[in-house]
Amino acid sequence: MESTKVLDAKGLACPMPIVKTKKAMNDLVSGEVLEIHATDKGAKNDLAAWAKSGGHELVKHEEDGDVLKFWIKKA
Amino acid sequence: MTVKAMNSSEVTKKVFNKEKLFVFDVRNETDFTDWKIEGENFQYLNIPYFELLDGVEEILGQIPTDMDVLVVCAKEGSSVMVAEMLSEAGRNVAYLEGGMKAWSEHLEPVKVGDLKDGGELYQFVRIGKGCLSYMVISDGEAAIVDATRMTDIFLDFAASKNAEIKHVFDTHLHADHISGGRKIAEKTGAAYWLPPKDATEVTFEYNALEGGNDVTIGGTTINIHSLYSPGHTIGSTSFVVDEKYLLSGDILFIDSIGRPDLAGLAEDWVGDLRETLYKRYRELSDELVVLPAHFMIIDELNEDGSVGEKLGTLFAKNHGLNIEDENEFRKIVTENLPPQPNAYQEIRETNMGKINPDIEKQREMEIGPNRCAVR
Repeated sequence: MESTKVLDAKGLACPMPIVKTKKAMNDLVSGEVLEIHATDKGAKNDLAAWAKSGGHELVKHEEDGDVLKFWIKKA
Repeated sequence: MTVKAMNSSEVTKKVFNKEKLFVFDVRNETDFTDWKIEGENFQYLNIPYFELLDGVEEILGQIPTDMDVLVVCAKEGSSVMVAEMLSEAGRNVAYLEGGMKAWSEHLEPVKVGDLKDGGELYQFVRIGKGCLSYMVISDGEAAIVDATRMTDIFLDFAASKNAEIKHVFDTHLHADHISGGRKIAEKTGAAYWLPPKDATEVTFEYNALEGGNDVTIGGTTINIHSLYSPGHTIGSTSFVVDEKYLLSGDILFIDSIGRPDLAGLAEDWVGDLRETLYKRYRELSDELVVLPAHFMIIDELNEDGSVGEKLGTLFAKNHGLNIEDENEFRKIVTENLPPQPNAYQEIRETNMGKINPDIEKQREMEIGPNRCAVR
């Protein structure tokens, strides 16, 4: 999956993964994809819900060992 | 304005005393709908923290100023952030220390009563998850029934009463929470008892708990008499303590009855459940006080926060004990069951000793309400 930017949020606890995701998304333009790596289990539901409420598209997510990976396309 | 922390014990007191509290839950909507802090006079607002990153001005009008406000999230971090934002906007609010994780693990000991020969019976109310554990104490000895995985509270409590833990029982192989029974037995040298019919796959040594077993606690004779009462699981066993209390495990609750499906055998076990509730329990004294291993809703709490009711009252009022038609009973407890508890298969395997998840994983497995009943 092609991503414009990768955000490393590993080791960060809630709410930081989403705070950082939001900031990183501000630097992207519509249609670009942000790839996020996180280890906080809560990030899974929260990122999906956050993306939905902002109109962004959660294109894909996968788990690589303990690392949760998300690809979100900016609205 | 500084942001205060409120701990689970303080919130529990508010639940017991039926105080007012405004719970501002900032977890996502799914988690909030699935499981929240329940209180009779609590009011709720759910807005996820990630919708408040730009500020709280827009929602200030929804936060009351005439009652205590508690901001709640999963693990504390987000609730601190939101509480600080509200504080900067001039509001006086608290956050829940440790979040729902701590709430799920909090146990509040409540004295149920004195026993005939000077002993005491305590109920440990796991308020956030609805689990109930018990400790019988008499003359320097203690027995524990259905302990949670938070074992320190039992060890500390027994120590504070100068009682040595001699016996630890599980009424059945639990599917909704991880048992602390084995761990307590290992730490104290106490005997760990489990019904053998539930223990066919366990990987450890245990004492076989079977109907008719009598255990005496203390120099005085506080008898714990076990009663084979299958239905929730095939091994489910109840206890009669001091001829006065019926510890019913997950077979009979205050306002509901046990579900027979969590080991995947609803059709096979429904007959046992029927027999236990409609025959075996009916031969017992109506005066016995039923003390279950769970409560489902906050309405089941008595004035002092304990959960218990006379067996005779339950025969009159509990719907699950008043379904005359056997087919209708069968239908109710095998169809339209509530969702199964989170990770219940993994929890059963943990309780069998087959898997050993780390503490973080154990917490995650236990998230959510217990769902062991059918109403």
